[in-house]
Amino acid sequence: MQTETKTRMDQLTSPAGHPVTILRFEGDIASTSKEAVLGIYQSLPKATTKIILLDFTKVDYINSSGIALVIQMLIEAANGGQKVYAYGLSPHFTKVFTMVGITKYAGLFPDQNAAMAAL
Amino acid sequence: MIMQKSANVEVRLPSRLGYEKVAMSTAASVAKLMGFREDRIEDLKTAVAEACINAIEHGNRLNEGLSVGVMLCAGEDSLEVKVMDDGKGLKSLPPKPDIDKKIHGEEDPRGMGMFLIQALVDEAEWVAGGNGKSSYVRLVIRLDSPTE
Repeated sequence: MQTETKTRMDQLTSPAGHPVTILRFEGDIASTSKEAVLGIYQSLPKATTKIILLDFTKVDYINSSGIALVIQMLIEAANGGQKVYAYGLSPHFTKVFTMVGITKYAGLFPDQNAAMAAL
Repeated sequence: MIMQKSANVEVRLPSRLGYEKVAMSTAASVAKLMGFREDRIEDLKTAVAEACINAIEHGNRLNEGLSVGVMLCAGEDSLEVKVMDDGKGLKSLPPKPDIDKKIHGEEDPRGMGMFLIQALVDEAEWVAGGNGKSSYVRLVIRLDSPTE
């Protein structure tokens, strides 16, 4: 019933010259998304990946188990000295991420251009 | 089409993760017929999904021989949703999740479903079945929510 989560990774450089790793998610983010969310994140080289941008533009459904995976990523990123940002959340999931406090540890932007300009 | 009279809709779900989306879309359809705004429908969808996930995972313990009942009662100015399972129900509500504790490893990253339910609807109550099963959560979302 749940739509499989697909993840695509892009490497860009921000206008300020910082390398940014973008994880582009597509589908549902739920308990079945562990590999697509955490697995992909954990495969990134820690030494060179310092800024991670999560693209939720093509995600329709995120439940509490999916939010927990994002928090797990934030825990590992905090421990590894990485910064995580996100964009493309619907107004509803922007509200949900704010409610649970994720915005305290992951800055949210409306779109990729706004995010890249700030990084 | 705006509904004028009360109406009941019932859905039974298998205790399999993912099927909460059937309840979500049913609840969204009823809420749309009642004239709820899109943002409130999104709140309702998340609350219903989390209630069903709890029922599937914790109430029925993923036992596919058991089903989760979802009863929607559309009134004139509110929609009541009951999500029923065969679990014992809750003895007490968990504390509000604390993102700082989660980030610092002092709290499980999971455990936000009930908080989201309470935050997104106007009323939420958890009722333990008197016979040690048949517990339910009851949600109410109002058309003229005072929180808006």
